Amino acid sequence: MKGWMGKIRAVFLLGLTALVLSACGRENLTALDPKGYGAQKSFDLIILSTVVMLFVLAAVMVVYTIVLIKYRKKKGQEDYIPKQVEGNKTLETIWTIIPIILLLIIAVPTVTATFDLADTSGSDDHMNIQVTGNQYWWHFNYEGQEIQTSQDMYIPVGEKVYLNMKSADVTHSFWLPTVTGKMDVNPDNENTMYIEAYEEGVYWGKCAEFCGPAHSLMDFKVIAVSQDEFDQWVADMQNVDPDAEPDSAVAQDGKALFEENNCMGCHAIGSSPVQVGPNLTDFGNRSKLAGTEEMNKENLVQWIMDPESMKPGNKMTGNYPEVSKDEAGKIAEYLLQLKPSEITPESAKD
Amino acid sequence: MSIAAAQKRSFGAVLWDYLTTVDHKKIAHLYLIGGGFFFLLGGLEAMIIRIQLIKPENDFVSAGFYNEVFTMHGTTMIFLAAMPLLLGLMNAAVPLQIGARDVAFPFLNSLGFWLFMFGGLLLNMSWFFGGAPDAGWTSYVPVSTTSPGHGVDFYVMGLQIAGAGTLIGGINFLVTIINMRAPGMTFMRMPLFSWTTFITSVLILFAFPALTVGLFLLMFDRMFGTAFFDVSLGGNTIIWQHLFWIFGHPEVYILILPTFGIFSDVFSTFSKKRLFGYTAMVFATILIAFLGFMVWAHHMFTVGLGPVANSLFAIATMAIAVPTGIKIFNWLATMWGGSITINTTMLWSLGFIPTFTIGGMTGVMVASVVADYQYHDTYFVVAHFHYVIVGGTVFGIMAGLHHWWPKMFGRILNETMGKLTFWTFFIGFHLTFFIQHFLGLMGMPRRYWVFLENQGLDLGNLISTIGAFFMAFGVIVFMINVVYSAVKGEKAGADPWDGRTLEWTIASPPPFYNFKQTPLVRGLDPLWIEKTEGKGKMTPAEPLGDIHMPNPTFLPFMMSLGLFVAGFGFIYQVNYDWAYGLLFGGMAITLVCMLLRSLKDDHGYHIPKEELEGKAK
Repeated sequence: MKGWMGKIRAVFLLGLTALVLSACGRENLTALDPKGYGAQKSFDLIILSTVVMLFVLAAVMVVYTIVLIKYRKKKGQEDYIPKQVEGNKTLETIWTIIPIILLLIIAVPTVTATFDLADTSGSDDHMNIQVTGNQYWWHFNYEGQEIQTSQDMYIPVGEKVYLNMKSADVTHSFWLPTVTGKMDVNPDNENTMYIEAYEEGVYWGKCAEFCGPAHSLMDFKVIAVSQDEFDQWVADMQNVDPDAEPDSAVAQDGKALFEENNCMGCHAIGSSPVQVGPNLTDFGNRSKLAGTEEMNKENLVQWIMDPESMKPGNKMTGNYPEVSKDEAGKIAEYLLQLKPSEITPESAKD
Repeated sequence: MSIAAAQKRSFGAVLWDYLTTVDHKKIAHLYLIGGGFFFLLGGLEAMIIRIQLIKPENDFVSAGFYNEVFTMHGTTMIFLAAMPLLLGLMNAAVPLQIGARDVAFPFLNSLGFWLFMFGGLLLNMSWFFGGAPDAGWTSYVPVSTTSPGHGVDFYVMGLQIAGAGTLIGGINFLVTIINMRAPGMTFMRMPLFSWTTFITSVLILFAFPALTVGLFLLMFDRMFGTAFFDVSLGGNTIIWQHLFWIFGHPEVYILILPTFGIFSDVFSTFSKKRLFGYTAMVFATILIAFLGFMVWAHHMFTVGLGPVANSLFAIATMAIAVPTGIKIFNWLATMWGGSITINTTMLWSLGFIPTFTIGGMTGVMVASVVADYQYHDTYFVVAHFHYVIVGGTVFGIMAGLHHWWPKMFGRILNETMGKLTFWTFFIGFHLTFFIQHFLGLMGMPRRYWVFLENQGLDLGNLISTIGAFFMAFGVIVFMINVVYSAVKGEKAGADPWDGRTLEWTIASPPPFYNFKQTPLVRGLDPLWIEKTEGKGKMTPAEPLGDIHMPNPTFLPFMMSLGLFVAGFGFIYQVNYDWAYGLLFGGMAITLVCMLLRSLKDDHGYHIPKEELEGKAK
């Protein structure tokens, strides 16, 4: 009897897994193919609760089907009056107690996992990154390491990294489905969570709490690289000279224009703390422009000339003098050569 | 009166009749018209959402407009469609079910409706005055406090006025059900729909004040420079989330409990069996209502409340599955051994069971905190709450409409069109929302104006949009059915479904005084008892006598109109001094009407016994 139950369960689970995996979406965005600590915890509970609940659905559907087949009014039964049953204590007790047991099966691991993921007592022994949510971009400050980045966050694979998160304006939510579940980024207080990626890769993150017109474009990337590559990246980032002159003449013009138009009023290059706009230190290495657009000169020129067309409601629109297409091209040339490190999102593909 | 009713009346006379009516049956019609209108509007908004998401990076609408559309879709469907339609059904059925001649406060009943209507209109006026609210139906601060323009102000004022109407409606039903049951109709002999209306009214009484307080704080922050939610001045944004959900979670049960009552009555009627486990059903309802107040923070698992709070709210939430499960199995047991007639009403009720069970399943899944870290604010949650709110509330409203339509209008809705509506809507619904569970887990957050190319979300969204068109088709067929039945529909007798409860003992539509003589109730399903004992009609509990009726009045309409005008004043006093004229003028209209109501004695009128006897022939 027991073996029979076991077999059914195995077949059922296998079928479910196949179903889930066959339609699980993009591998670095989906929560259904976890590659990190938090995501794995969530996935286990998703599967457990799905299985338990499908059992309940099956029980309901079996009774439902029998009722519909067996007790439909049949021809010649027009005057049939069924027995008026008041109720049945035994039956009602059974369908009270069984759900309670089923819920306990879900509740106990839920509580355990909740406390596990909320335990941030180990933050002193690990790398800490201050995450700041802004309309509509993300800022990352590597605490104690003099490194500031925006939009792209590099982490070492297989290491716990603690994120201390706060918003600079409205409530956002930091969501990295393949690595971990989400946590809100409030303006009131700092929330802490830890992440650990099991595999190298570029993981796509999104803002999950509605935060204004460009909410759906508030993407970020977490790039998990090997420990050696990460150390290299840290060294490179710490050696950035924000005043370094670019190689090409066009880029040098771009740098001059960048300064002339007071872009530095909002943006920073190097380890200056969070500003009105994203930190541009490793801009040339970013995997996406503004989190969502392809990283190329054409898009960047359009962005500089009319940010509103690419990210409605952003705070850059109208806050700097108008630039011509030619000038924008030069600035773009300058920004695209900001590549302080050989470690790029490409490095994360092992 | 009777002669006037028999004649064909002018449109103006009918309109005036409805503007001044205090008859619960006519107010039911008003609620159905108002709620139906907003349901179509909310449906149109839903279609805009789904068309925008038919393909990646679509530019059918702009980001700003999209935010307005989804905000208004949610707000409209919850506050202006689902609740009013339910209040309409309550008004149509509850006084009849408990053997009352009207609700306890007919004047307030009318006032409740007009406040809802004018609140809803005010809210939707925002479309014409520079933009609708765009901060989501939850209006989380600081997005709502910092939203430019007056959209959110319209949200605050519109919902405040409509909410007052709902609160008045809830109190009215509480008093009606406590005080006006026919002789012998003890609480434990009440039909389930009356029971769930009663419990829902309790929920309204306790939940709506939390919304009122929250809206006042938001109003003061936006219009009068306070800083309840401004972090830089010592405010707190999480407080809004608590206040909103202390209202917002019970609200979910305000939407679902009445339809549980409808389904209970429907299953028992069309299976020809008394409800299985009546007592358990009543106590399960009470328990669900109680727990409904204990679980609001499960909307806030990702806020960072800490593991203790998250665990407690998770377990409390899961606990709700137990009484809900009892209900599902009791419904199945009601049908078990019965003689089931499957008509449109039953189709909606039968469609509800698997749909709502799936919604309940995902509800438990969402309650599992750590799993919710993935579901929260994604299309998984969108799918979940549409399974419960559409699968529960909308299916229930449709079942209720088909069930009581003959009682309300004296005509039966067309069965063929009813079945076509059900099947297209049912299939369309599952096409639209089932796939969204997966979309959410595949990385699609909710309230996204566009989804990007190459993220594996294209096919799911396309299927979802196709489903939405099926649902829209179903709704259109239903509207045709309504018009058709009004013109050519089959006339209904007093008891077209072989019913079990008191509303089926009187003519369809009922006379304006409902019961000529209040019936004597001898047990649960009173009409059924009389039928099985061979009498087929109720024994009167009183001798025939004069019936006291309330006078029609235009005051409720004017009071609500005053607040509507004042609403504009509150909104625009921020920019223009002349708006104070509207503010004080509007408030003056309302206050003068209140004064008139207080000072002028209105004793109503009596229908003399002789006239009633004359009618009996």
